[in-house]
Parts: sequence; structure tokens; C-alpha cells
Amino acid sequence: MGLLTGLRSSISRAASTLFSDEESKRIGIYGPPNAGKTTLSNRIVRDWTEHGDAVGPESHIPHETRRARRRENIEIERDGKTVTIDVVDTPGVTTKVDYTEFLEHDMEKEDAVRRSREATEGVAEAMHWLREDVDGVIYVLDSTTDPFTQVNTMLIGIIESQDLPVLILANKIDLEDSSVQRIRNAFPQHETIPLSALEGDNMDEVYDNIAEYFG
Amino acid sequence: MPEVKPRDGVRIDLISGERMDGLASMEKIRMILDGVRDGNIVILEEGLSPDEESRLIEVTMTEISPDEFNGIEIETYPRKETADASFLDRLMGRESAKKLTVIGPANQIETLHKDETLIQTLVSRK
Repeated sequence: MGLLTGLRSSISRAASTLFSDEESKRIGIYGPPNAGKTTLSNRIVRDWTEHGDAVGPESHIPHETRRARRRENIEIERDGKTVTIDVVDTPGVTTKVDYTEFLEHDMEKEDAVRRSREATEGVAEAMHWLREDVDGVIYVLDSTTDPFTQVNTMLIGIIESQDLPVLILANKIDLEDSSVQRIRNAFPQHETIPLSALEGDNMDEVYDNIAEYFG
Repeated sequence: MPEVKPRDGVRIDLISGERMDGLASMEKIRMILDGVRDGNIVILEEGLSPDEESRLIEVTMTEISPDEFNGIEIETYPRKETADASFLDRLMGRESAKKLTVIGPANQIETLHKDETLIQTLVSRK
């Protein structure tokens, strides 16, 4: 980042901090494919909105979410205070997409190719949102898998370089192979909160931290 | 860069930090992707900045094409300097990763092991 760009960005962030206390913060839900980002987004929306419509469909097939989706003005109440956020559910970030992997999920070639094309567009869109349009990040990881991947280290590095507040969520603690400590070891510089977005386990701690980090 | 056609092997381009310093972000990304799309392994002595990594992912996504190019595999050590860099360093753009980075075609490079101090990859021919 050059001096002028950096200065402009810093002034812009400082100004938004000063003047937007009452405004909704845009919180991007990021992470690799199949970490449970949409399941978490749906859980937050269902817990804190009257109608509670889903942000998007959940699936075990990677790249189910291929467009960033925003749900506005979600008011989370903690300790008598209200924090208002926009939840931005983003496609899982990756550096590669191979349509043949979708064929393993009983998909026709034409559908698999279309899904892979949409997935690549979605990842590019997610990266753009991260650089330009979010005020904070919830980084969701599947606690049954190795967190020491390049995508995770790169994305955490990108988030840190933008000075965005980030909360790491170790999802899927309801599964037998879950290891929250493995994630804590990989990213010791950040708070890691365990949860099961699917079962709703430990959501109180998640909401406490959302209020603290993004309020 | 002189064109070399490997007859029976994998070409590896080791690119110095000095060479990268003279390039704009998009020139770096273009050079990396052109090399990788030709089936080469690109090794950067000093890596990319977080912003350049973000743009590399974005441009890679726009170039993925079924049966032609599946994307890239990229490996580097976890970055510690950025987290520790002062506000002034980041403001001045002094946030260089300075981390050896290996980039290759996704269908030719496979990570076997990775931790804070060691990256083991398996590179195969097309």
C-alpha cells in the first residue's frame, strides 16, 4: 500500500469510527469452503430477527454459497446494550476450483462446470468485499480439519494488514474429531471461540464476543 | 525472461526480491500467473504483500477455465511481521511479507506437510 493510499484508507477508517457509532457495522463471515459460514449466518439471523429467514441454503457440497449475501440491521442485545450489524455471508475462499470434484457429488458435467464458474466469481467477489466493504470479520474454521492451510494463513494476514477486527470461530465442536486447541495453536494472536453453528452450542459466548469486538 | 522449453521436467523460476521490487502489483501477478499457466513453479524470494496476495487470488479466479486451468497452489510460511508491524510501517507501505513463497499449478503441486518452519511439497509433471 502506498503512502497516499494508506493515508486515505486510515483517514477513512478513522472517520467511519468517529462518526458511525449508531450505524450498522458490516461483518464479513469468511473462511474456507464447508466451514459452516452459511449455517452460522442463518443461526445469527434466526436468533435475532423476527422473521428469521435464512441467508442462504446450507449444504455439504463445497461452494454452495457462490454470491456474497448481506442481511442488514441485525440487532444483537448483550448486557442491556444493542449492537447492530449487517451479516455478509461470503463464498468459501480458495485458490483453486476443479469442476471434476463436483462430479463426485452426482452432478452432471454441465452443472459441475456452471457451479465451478459461479464459484470462481464468488471467490473473486468475496476478496473484493474484504478489501473494500467490510468493517470486521468473523473467520469460521471447521475444527475437525487442519487449520494450517495456506488459504487460512493468507486470509488472516490480509485481514490483519487491513486492521480489521477479527474473531475466529472454531465450528463443528459437536463432531468427534473436533480440536479447538489446534486452531488456537495456529492463530495464537487471535481470540478463538468454539461453537457448533448447526446445534447452536456455545452461541452465548459467540454473541458476547461479537458485541465486544464489533460493538 | 528467456523462453526455455523443458523436455522432460518441471521448470522452476526463482525470482529475487530485487527483481520483484521494480514491478507494479499487477505486473507481479501477471508474471506469476503467466509462469504458472505454462506449467512452471514460481518461487519468490520475498513473497507478496497481503494486498497483492488478495489480488492474486482474485485474478486467479477470473482465469480458471474447465479442463485448462484449475487455479494455483501457493505456499508460504505464516506471516508474523505484518501482525507486529507498527501503524507507521503499514501507513508507509512497509509491510512486505519477506517470506519465501512457492506458487505452482494446482494440478501439479501438492502440499505434503506444512508448519511454521517447514514446507514439503510434491511437484509432478503435467
